[in-house]
Amino acid sequence: MTAMAEPEVGRARVRKEDERLITGRTRWTDNIALPGLVHMAFLRSPTAHARITAMDTSAAKEMPGVIAVYTGDDLDPGGEVGMPNAWPITPDQKTPRRPMLAQGTVNFAGEAVAVVIARSAAEAEDALAEIDVDYDDLPVVLGVDDAVADGAPLVHEDMGTNKSAEWIFDSAEAGSGGDVQQAISSSEVVVTRRFRQQRLVPAFMEPRSVVVDPTAPQLTMWSATQVPHILKTMVAMTLGLPEHQVRVIAPDVGGGFGGKLAVTPEECAAVVVAQKLGKPVKWTESRSETMVSAHHGRDQMQDITISASRDGTITGLKVDLLADMGAYLGIVGGGVPVLGAFMFNAIYKVPAYRFSCTTVFTNTTLTDAYRGAGRPEATFAIERIMDELAAELGMDPMELREKNWIKHDEFPYTTVSTLTYDSGNYEAATAKAMQLFDYDGLRREQRERRERGDRVQLGIGISTFTEMCGLAPSRVLGSLDYGAGGWEHAAIRMLPTGKVEVVTGASPHGQGHETAWSQIVADQLGVGFDDIEILHGDTQSSHKGLDTYGSRSLTVGGIAVVKAAEKVIAKARKVAAHLMEASEDDLEFADGKFTVRGTDTSTAIQDVALAVFAAHDLPEGVEPTLDSEAVFDPENFSFPHGTHLCATEVDTETGRVRLRSYVCVDDIGKVINPLIVEGQMHGGLAQGIAQALFEEAVYDEFGTLTSGTFADYLLPSAMDLPSFTTDRTETAATSNPLGVKGVGEAGTIASTPAVVNSVVDAVRHHGVNDIEMPLSPMRVWRAVHEGDAAAGGPGAEAGGGLGSIDSAHGGAQ
Amino acid sequence: MRITVTVDGTGYTDEVEPRTLLVHHLREKLGKTGTVVGCDTSNCGACTVHLNGQSVKSCSVLAVQADGGEVTTVEGLARDGQLHPVQQAFRDNHALQCGFCTPGMIMQSIDLLADNPNPDEEAVREGLEGNLCRCTGYQNIVRAVRDAAGHMRPGAGPEAEQVADGERTTTGVGGDA
Ligand code: FES
Ligand code: FES
Repeated sequence: MTAMAEPEVGRARVRKEDERLITGRTRWTDNIALPGLVHMAFLRSPTAHARITAMDTSAAKEMPGVIAVYTGDDLDPGGEVGMPNAWPITPDQKTPRRPMLAQGTVNFAGEAVAVVIARSAAEAEDALAEIDVDYDDLPVVLGVDDAVADGAPLVHEDMGTNKSAEWIFDSAEAGSGGDVQQAISSSEVVVTRRFRQQRLVPAFMEPRSVVVDPTAPQLTMWSATQVPHILKTMVAMTLGLPEHQVRVIAPDVGGGFGGKLAVTPEECAAVVVAQKLGKPVKWTESRSETMVSAHHGRDQMQDITISASRDGTITGLKVDLLADMGAYLGIVGGGVPVLGAFMFNAIYKVPAYRFSCTTVFTNTTLTDAYRGAGRPEATFAIERIMDELAAELGMDPMELREKNWIKHDEFPYTTVSTLTYDSGNYEAATAKAMQLFDYDGLRREQRERRERGDRVQLGIGISTFTEMCGLAPSRVLGSLDYGAGGWEHAAIRMLPTGKVEVVTGASPHGQGHETAWSQIVADQLGVGFDDIEILHGDTQSSHKGLDTYGSRSLTVGGIAVVKAAEKVIAKARKVAAHLMEASEDDLEFADGKFTVRGTDTSTAIQDVALAVFAAHDLPEGVEPTLDSEAVFDPENFSFPHGTHLCATEVDTETGRVRLRSYVCVDDIGKVINPLIVEGQMHGGLAQGIAQALFEEAVYDEFGTLTSGTFADYLLPSAMDLPSFTTDRTETAATSNPLGVKGVGEAGTIASTPAVVNSVVDAVRHHGVNDIEMPLSPMRVWRAVHEGDAAAGGPGAEAGGGLGSIDSAHGGAQ
Repeated sequence: MRITVTVDGTGYTDEVEPRTLLVHHLREKLGKTGTVVGCDTSNCGACTVHLNGQSVKSCSVLAVQADGGEVTTVEGLARDGQLHPVQQAFRDNHALQCGFCTPGMIMQSIDLLADNPNPDEEAVREGLEGNLCRCTGYQNIVRAVRDAAGHMRPGAGPEAEQVADGERTTTGVGGDA
């Protein structure tokens, strides 16, 4: 007997993906070149709201290398094509048509109005300057408060309102809790705040790119997308193409973070143009185009009220959101804030809860999913207001949380927003985090610095968060009026030589699925890690799937892989029994071998695969294949959680914030690959911290995005971030056989409030109880020196987030 | 204009427009698609290559400025099937996720190690300030660079990439010459 092979699951395997990526043998969409390929460039509106009164493309058509110039009416004479919104959050939601190219009016600066096709990208770009467009400016609608004010000008005049929909959850109506108004009016303590979730840019590093080849009966589209399967179906539906004659390929994709969860006007225009010309076309955007035309994220005003008794027991929670959708609804659109509805109550036992959200149009780039999508916004608001409530009560903020959170022996627990949390242990994660962080020591130092009136004050920020991952049980999506299900598909192909191909409907763009899925399959089938190839992102090989977003790949797609493997083994068992002349019931399967119990007769699954391939001697009625597929639809979401602790040093004379230490202990259930998990945490933290301190998409009063390049939109560099201490506790999810919960969004969701709580904590004794994000030095300074309750205002200008920007060049001071 | 550039050890002679950026020449004319473009304001560093032994953002160099020069891209680092120590360290330390920033990060890291063979964390972060990564939060990149430092022989920096005249292939496949 050989010893049991060490399980692959749980090993810190270096990634299979990396060898190509570190040697430059990559396949980005922009790398693709086809014979006769022509290039597209879009002319974009410089103005945020205007009627197009005239457009003259004749000079552009005469430019060298130009093949064609099209306007909106050229591509869609009937004015019928609109980009899909898959989540109408209410039956009466107002959904304006979003054309491929503006027709009649432009509704945000950056909206495409014409497209040039030329022999080279440079020639296409050159010709844009020769297109003459007359704009008749219309009043610009900016900011949700102004957009919903009486008499506000309208983004879409024909709709008669700037409100798209209003979505409400009320625990009294749902029967999951009490009446919140009653709870608030009868409580001893009530705290109300208005928090602003500034607008962010997902800022994936690979600009979007699309290539369409119409030269075969089946049209092929390569796109830098997170969602090749959704794109295929949606392009077919949107443009009226036969779905079976569309193939979509997402080759190497350089990050997405929700920003590539889209079906874009540019993708659809590329299809129409390619078909018109009968030639392959390519479009690759510049970064400046990404900034104005790819969807943004966040952008909410949150009015939140929490009530409690004097001892700190929460009695009620009321949330009213205004969510800025931009000029149109994207594919998820209003669904993003609705996802947050279930997360405001977080890990706490809240007896009464009401949530309302109004989705609003403005003359800005549309907003849609960005890492966390709705859940970071919710987590921010609840974790911020928990600190405010603690301050009001004079309690330690961790004590207040502990008093209200669900205890580990209370799982499964059905929350006031009707989700059932299957498992968790907030005590364990918190205890570990507090110890790694030296919570007591830092509190001591904080006291000392305060007592001696130190110029640099220390703050401690807490975020004890949970999230709903693994989008999603199809029936839940159905009940929320989402246009599709939440299942995922996998297939396993056993090749004659004993190698294995695994097909997944998840579509990675940096997450490391090839490695993680190989580890899962290696354990399931007992084959070598290197004998497994993962196929994804091409609708021809991976024909069925719902792609990657919402931390769903492992918790849904990974489970589909397990289910497919189980079917392979079940089929192989029949054949193995036949080959060994034993009864199926007498066979054990372990380490890739079927063994007749109590004997040393065995056969490897690879031998079975070869026998099935030959098919010379199979049991009666058995099909000659081990290949299997499975579609997994989860019963429930999964609920990772964690405790994040952040210490900041705030210079009260300059407003500068220094991250002194960041500790997080996350419980994401079972871990397939700790190396990948750690990477996901780091990257997630960086994005969440960046929201707190650095990033904001800023519009001026004319609706021009002033942070429209990487020179103005401040992605943190290596200099701007510290090293993080990340650790884990492990409470297995009970909702899936691997016990996994998902990790893609945890860091981003948890970290933003931890940082802001920390900075506010550092200067609370100056009378500060909030500072608007991003916490630029100017805003922090103002809060300290003017004791502003909510220091917003100046500091929001482009470049306002980083203290390192030279003030003489328009940055913060 | 007619220019000759040695890229990853192969000489290429081509006609280029004076306005052509080095990165576009590399990608579109020479098929060196391992080097990528992430921005249009010289902020992201995704396009970083070595030109005559120095790291440069190839989106801010004209192809004609590289005339007569030697360029090394991420595709030219591995020798005899052996990864460059920095490449190996990026892999070992999970210093990449989507991999889009990686070519630039690796090229910049090699340059910074040439200047400072044993950088502390602060020095690595400073040396990589001009290269943006949206995926990793930089922690593992910093770890990788410091790990690579421990595995690099002195003199393995960009100068070591320059090819002696006798070894150069004169006409590259894919060039116009
Ligand atoms: S492409 Fe961004 S710096 Fe060169
Ligand atoms: S690994 Fe994706 S941008 Fe760095």
